[in-house]
Amino acid sequence: MLIVEDSRATRELLAAAVEIVEGVEVYTAVSGFEALKVLPRHRFSLIITDINMPDINGLELINFVKKNPNYRDVPLFIVTTEGREQDRDRGLQLGAAEYLVKPFQSELLTALVRRYLKL
Amino acid sequence: MAPPRALSEFVAEANEVLETLAHDVAVLDAQRGREPEPELLNAIFRAAHSLKGLSGMFGQERISSLAHHLEDVLDALRLGKVLASDPLLDAILEGVDVLTLMLREAAGDAPSEDTGRRAASLAEAFARLASGGQVGAADVLDEVGIDPAVRSVFTEYEEHRLRENVKKGVALWKVRAVFSLEDFDQRLAALNATLKPLGEVISTLPSSQPGDDASIAFDLIFGSARPLAEIEQAVAGVATVAQLTEKPVPPSAPRPEAAPRKPAPRLELSDVSSPELSAWPLSSGSSGTTSSPSGVMQGAEPSLRSLAQTVRVDIGRLDALMNTIGELLTVRANINRLAEVARQAGATPLPKLWAQELQKESRALERRLDELQGAVLDVRMVPLGQVFDKLARLMRRLVRQSGKDVHFEVSGGDVELDKLIVEELSDPLMHLLRNALDHGVEAPDRRIAQGKDARGVIRLTAQQLGNKVQIEVGDDGAGMDETRIRQVAIERGLATHEATEELERRELLNLVFLPGFSTRKDVSELSGRGVGLDVVKTNLARLSGLIDIDSRRGEGTRFVLTLPLTLAIIRALIVAVGDRSFAVPLNSVTEIVSVKPAELRTIERREVIEVRGQTLPFVRLARVFGLREATNDRHFVVIIGFAQERFGLAVDALLGQEDIVTKPLGGRLKAVPGIAGATELGDRRAVLVLDVGALLEELKRPQVAVG
Repeated sequence: MLIVEDSRATRELLAAAVEIVEGVEVYTAVSGFEALKVLPRHRFSLIITDINMPDINGLELINFVKKNPNYRDVPLFIVTTEGREQDRDRGLQLGAAEYLVKPFQSELLTALVRRYLKL
Repeated sequence: MAPPRALSEFVAEANEVLETLAHDVAVLDAQRGREPEPELLNAIFRAAHSLKGLSGMFGQERISSLAHHLEDVLDALRLGKVLASDPLLDAILEGVDVLTLMLREAAGDAPSEDTGRRAASLAEAFARLASGGQVGAADVLDEVGIDPAVRSVFTEYEEHRLRENVKKGVALWKVRAVFSLEDFDQRLAALNATLKPLGEVISTLPSSQPGDDASIAFDLIFGSARPLAEIEQAVAGVATVAQLTEKPVPPSAPRPEAAPRKPAPRLELSDVSSPELSAWPLSSGSSGTTSSPSGVMQGAEPSLRSLAQTVRVDIGRLDALMNTIGELLTVRANINRLAEVARQAGATPLPKLWAQELQKESRALERRLDELQGAVLDVRMVPLGQVFDKLARLMRRLVRQSGKDVHFEVSGGDVELDKLIVEELSDPLMHLLRNALDHGVEAPDRRIAQGKDARGVIRLTAQQLGNKVQIEVGDDGAGMDETRIRQVAIERGLATHEATEELERRELLNLVFLPGFSTRKDVSELSGRGVGLDVVKTNLARLSGLIDIDSRRGEGTRFVLTLPLTLAIIRALIVAVGDRSFAVPLNSVTEIVSVKPAELRTIERREVIEVRGQTLPFVRLARVFGLREATNDRHFVVIIGFAQERFGLAVDALLGQEDIVTKPLGGRLKAVPGIAGATELGDRRAVLVLDVGALLEELKRPQVAVG
């Protein structure tokens, strides 16, 4: 799975929360651009993306993924912070499967990952 | 959800975010009175937003909550819902300070009530300021007709920027480019740079077309008032341009300017980190000295030292390191080959040829190691601007509160120094700048009475001189009053009347560095200065730095700090006394002279020498460590400069210079004063490294020092 998050510390926390799920191999990208580069190289089972990022925003990444026949079926979670409801709603409209509002419990993320990966 | 070990990671990143935030806010502050640049506002918003999310993830509720309030107000600001008023900007500045304090407290300092109070009053101020007028009109984006599918990927902020462009009558374009997946980020950056002079790139949308694995298409949503032909020409061969909106954007409907406030006359600075001479006049303005409009400016400043024990490194510098290591590996392979040749040749080697080859490799090894050392030192280097930025911010505020009219000039922010030194410098520099403001620059009426410009000048400059860096803090204020200094020194029992009679002006000025010189309140009455300068001296001495004062009555004062570029590997002078060798850090050596025994004089039972008209204590290194003294027909005297003091150290012989890494001593030697540690020389000989600071303290112990 792929985690797209520009904050180093948050990225590590996210990765740590999902890595405890057995059989999950985690890739991380520090920006939308890096995600675009790494997408064609692997078959990801799940993508988790932040919304507020410096190069392309998370919504644009979701749109890109959902319009592309190669990645369309990959479930996608968005991570937002409180107060950005409009951005969250747009993410869901664009086809994101779930959203998490920072700060969230790592157990919640782990459970969602298990459910979507059917593990 | 954060494990405890993550705290330091949190602190490091939060600190980076906060530093970016502080820098951008300083730029924003400097642009008061103008309409803020959207990109700058958005960057500040993003930083506050990141800080909120980050601190929330790590359970730092206090920081997260304040960052949230700050984010709300910045969001309203970037979306044009509120104006960048003075109270708002003051509150944002205060917000950055309080967040810095909180992070410091999260990192280990005890949380203080004062910080809590400041945060609470800020939160209130932010809430009040964020609930400004609402824009709420018919959506102009509906009027021009934008494909809802395109609109759905815009964030609220991007929509706002679209709206702003439409309101100004700026046409919206879709600039499409297809790039290779390998290098699209660089190509996009180049395209952005081409477009920027023509308008505003509002959003970058990756497109699922053309859909092959090797390339990717982007639609740049671009607002520009230029004709289509001009935009097309600018991006010719790279991208195509099409209109984004179904209907053309109506020409500019005149609307009131966004920032209808009085122009502030004092703002000229555009970029505080500019390496060239950047200057801006600071004045107390109308905001008063005791309370700011929002009532949130109070409390002590946090220390300016950065919290992070990390260095961000340019990848190019790491590449250089890696290259050198690669070359070292080649040298190793060659040496292995030579060893193999020698082994196989057995009893009949070709010693001469072999030795030549070995020597060649040894030279290559030496060169590479030099490179490696240089590259590692490079990694440790950071620009002084990191500290200068923070000092500039602080000075702006202090000046505002002081009621004085001061022009603050900064230059040399691009000069690089070891990260450790840069960090240690911020507090002493702040001290000196504060003194220049409090005690150096006079009040405007007094300046005018003396025929000076009402506006004072305080300068902070840095320049690199060989392997040293010189930093100067200067003002054009009152200068120091040596009569008062003499009086104070005598009153405090720091020097006798007789002793001060013999001191020259320069030496008198040095008295201000004595501990205890400035403990009493009336020191601030000195027309010069003297607040805690002993602390500045101590800090500098730890960095092997020198400090000199140059002060003229009525003309001003200059403190000149001279620092080594790094402390990690130092160059040392190897000296010998009898059959013992010692290493003297070359940073502390100002010159070496040769003196005949007849040239020595004795003052108050201490030996002194005369060097360039200056009388310096003469110290025999052999006596310091109880070694046998040789009888020399002349002495080699190493002149040591340490903080503001100088003395001559007599040795028997000079053995040369070497790069050394000082290792701490253990056991009994640890307690020997005057020894900093030991180092191993090229011939594997261990020698002791002198601690000149401690040596000097030892030297002064029996009597009260005067200069």
